Amino acid sequence: MRLTTKTATLLALVALIALAPLFFPSAFYYRVGALIFVNGLAVTGIVILTGWAGQISLGHAGFAGIGAYACALAPVHLGLHPALAILLGAGVSAVLAWLVGRPILRLKGYYLGVASLGMGILISMVLNNERDLTRGPDGIDVPDLGLRAALKTAGLDLSNGEFWYALCGIVLVLGAWLALNLHDSPTGRALRALHGSEVAARTVGMDVPRLKLQAFVISAVYASVSGSLLALQNRFITPDVAGFMHSVEMVTMAVLGGVGSVAGAIFGAAVLTLLPQMLTVFAEYEQLVLGLVMVLVMIFLREGVVPSILRKLRGTGE
Amino acid sequence: MSELLQFLFSGVTVGAVYALVALGFTIIYNASDVVNFAQGEFVMLGGMITVFAHAAGAPLPLAALLACLGTAALGVAMNKLAIEPARGAPVVSLVIITIGASIFIRGAAQLVFDKQIHSFPAFSGDDPIRILQATILPQSLWVIAGAVAVFTGLWLFFTRTLLGRAVLATSNNRLAAQLVGINTPFVMTLSFALSAGIGALAGVLVTPITMTSYDVGLALALKGFAAAMLGGMGNPKGALVGGLVLGLLEGLTAGYISSQYKDAAAFLVILGVLFFLPQGLFGRKSTDRV
Amino acid sequence: MTLLSIEGLGITFGGIAAVKDVSFSVRPGEIVSVIGPNGAGKTTLFNMISGVYRPGSGRVVLNGEDVTAMSPHLLARRGMCRTFQNLQVFQSMTVLENTIAGYHLQESGPVLADLLHLPASRRRARAAEQGARELLRRVGLERAAEREAGSLSYGSLKRLEIARAMALQPRVLLLDEPAAGCNAVETEEIDHLIAEIAASGVAILLVEHDMKMVMRISNHIVVLDHGEKIAEGDPATVSRNPAVIAAYLGAEHAAG
Repeated sequence: MRLTTKTATLLALVALIALAPLFFPSAFYYRVGALIFVNGLAVTGIVILTGWAGQISLGHAGFAGIGAYACALAPVHLGLHPALAILLGAGVSAVLAWLVGRPILRLKGYYLGVASLGMGILISMVLNNERDLTRGPDGIDVPDLGLRAALKTAGLDLSNGEFWYALCGIVLVLGAWLALNLHDSPTGRALRALHGSEVAARTVGMDVPRLKLQAFVISAVYASVSGSLLALQNRFITPDVAGFMHSVEMVTMAVLGGVGSVAGAIFGAAVLTLLPQMLTVFAEYEQLVLGLVMVLVMIFLREGVVPSILRKLRGTGE
Repeated sequence: MSELLQFLFSGVTVGAVYALVALGFTIIYNASDVVNFAQGEFVMLGGMITVFAHAAGAPLPLAALLACLGTAALGVAMNKLAIEPARGAPVVSLVIITIGASIFIRGAAQLVFDKQIHSFPAFSGDDPIRILQATILPQSLWVIAGAVAVFTGLWLFFTRTLLGRAVLATSNNRLAAQLVGINTPFVMTLSFALSAGIGALAGVLVTPITMTSYDVGLALALKGFAAAMLGGMGNPKGALVGGLVLGLLEGLTAGYISSQYKDAAAFLVILGVLFFLPQGLFGRKSTDRV
Repeated sequence: MTLLSIEGLGITFGGIAAVKDVSFSVRPGEIVSVIGPNGAGKTTLFNMISGVYRPGSGRVVLNGEDVTAMSPHLLARRGMCRTFQNLQVFQSMTVLENTIAGYHLQESGPVLADLLHLPASRRRARAAEQGARELLRRVGLERAAEREAGSLSYGSLKRLEIARAMALQPRVLLLDEPAAGCNAVETEEIDHLIAEIAASGVAILLVEHDMKMVMRISNHIVVLDHGEKIAEGDPATVSRNPAVIAAYLGAEHAAG
């Protein structure tokens, strides 16, 4: 039965990604779709960290910043291919998460919140202030990934929008597949167990600090790859990618959709990515509506939109 | 020497503001276990309402009073509409609710007021006062005095009055407080009013120095949160010390190292302190009961 | 042969001695019960033995090794496991998953294998699941396997905790009030279960309020009062001990 949850999620995701373009009113929506997938990827990492392992991070955008700037800087300064820069960013994020995570994951609740917040702010501050390297708050150009041109010579001619839509969609499906694998694996079970009761998790032999660290590192890699894809797609990046509001956005998307489930979190990413696009006409009301949505969903659909609706459908409401 | 003193003065001024914000965090946290990320918006409202009331013709003291009372009323409304209905939700949901509320207030302020930067005249003029070889603005003294007065007032309130003790009892054990007849919903209302009012007061005091606009709240909330955590969440003394330490760190870093990295020093120190004292400087140690 | 020995264990909270200089030992297959009036320090003693609290004095020796204040997850590797008075089940996981969690030491492996769903990871998980289903049968919960643990009755949760602890195949099992809050039928079921586990050679240390149960199943009883050991011996000896009777009556008088 749990196997079907995984298969169903993946099938639904693939079907949605493949079929949605049929209903696009304009080519612009390829771009919106790609943004949803990029956010969905970061949010899937949050599901692992917060939804399963129960640990809060208010600084994960810092890792997205590392992934993004790796793609901006490594090709220029190290002569690395942008694709390898994605891996470099993920590697740097993983190492940093491992180093920072060890001390801060001993903290609980709000204390972990402020420590991760501090970490994120430190990263964004470096990106803002090291102008010689990052060009500061104005942002920096990012080289072309080069894959679209390669596909073209191979006979597959995609528009820029189509290409990024497809690539980000594939990466998101891959990320969701990995996360869903983890959910029912020994490690995933242990993460959810320590969320339920840390003391009981320890008595059955779980190395709780190590497990938390694993979740932290994995989610950092998700955020980093998401940042890389965002940078490569936009061909330009500013330090805002690492800012506090981006961290909050990630957590909000995950929790709004349903932080316990990959499908819910991706749904949350879709809603919060689409919302500003739909509100562009009423730009001045954007913050008002966003804030209101955040408060209302958390009050009335506590588990997040998707799990709450599923529960109602199954008739196992509270 | 004079340089150091100058940096200390500016550090203490900023620190006093952080302390006021942190005290606001502490009051609400004690009453409800909620860290209210909208605390910075209260500061913003304090400044903005005063600016607009003053511009509309109200004398400055009246405008300031209106700002504090109006913000306190908004704090109460926020508790009733957003916090009370979510009672018992997990920490991460509460974080999102209060951040959502702060984004909402910011969005509303942008509509009701405007997106400009505003200020109003300092209370006692702008002539710097010489102390030893350094100078300090009269308004800075107002800020520092405000923080000291609020802290003293709160201390008296929590230790000397029945109502204050009721608030403390609620923070220790909500159910037990209810059982002994404490009106816990009223304690919540009071805490939000107090906290919002203190936030607004901080805004009133500091606006002549730093100026204000609809979006100043977030940065203040983060610093106030950090200060409260540094001191140990829920402890008023911790909030005061945490705020001052944070302000001094910023002042000294900006003076001697780099003004761009003044926030970095603050957060590095917080990470360091939490590494050795996971409950902050004055926080209570919690033990798992099994 | 002694498997677990407690040597002069003590701890103070805020200057007050909660447990003071307690010593006793447990042999394989033996059921040793710790009893005493409320607040006698039984659970505190348990928390020290199982590594949740760091003792102020004394030693815990497991199979010849000093394991004082060792982290619970390392004690688990050495064959010591416990249950909790106030139930520590993984509420939002299924009954089956709760039990599989007890196999963590056997089933956990490289996280990369788990992420990629490699055959090795699946094999480990499958083996754990088989063992867990077998254990659930033993404790009579096989039909609840797919239910969310939070939806079980109190007595069932108690048995679930025992099943999860048994999954570790412990050599020493610490049970903190396994029958508290259970009705007579449930108590008897747990009673049988404990006897059965002991018969398989596991050393059992028990904290329990239900005197009838303690007298029925214990080989050896340690009596605590105000954190100190006031008596020990077989059930018959202990129940006739004047100090024990005084402690219990005194407590009842004080409470009444």
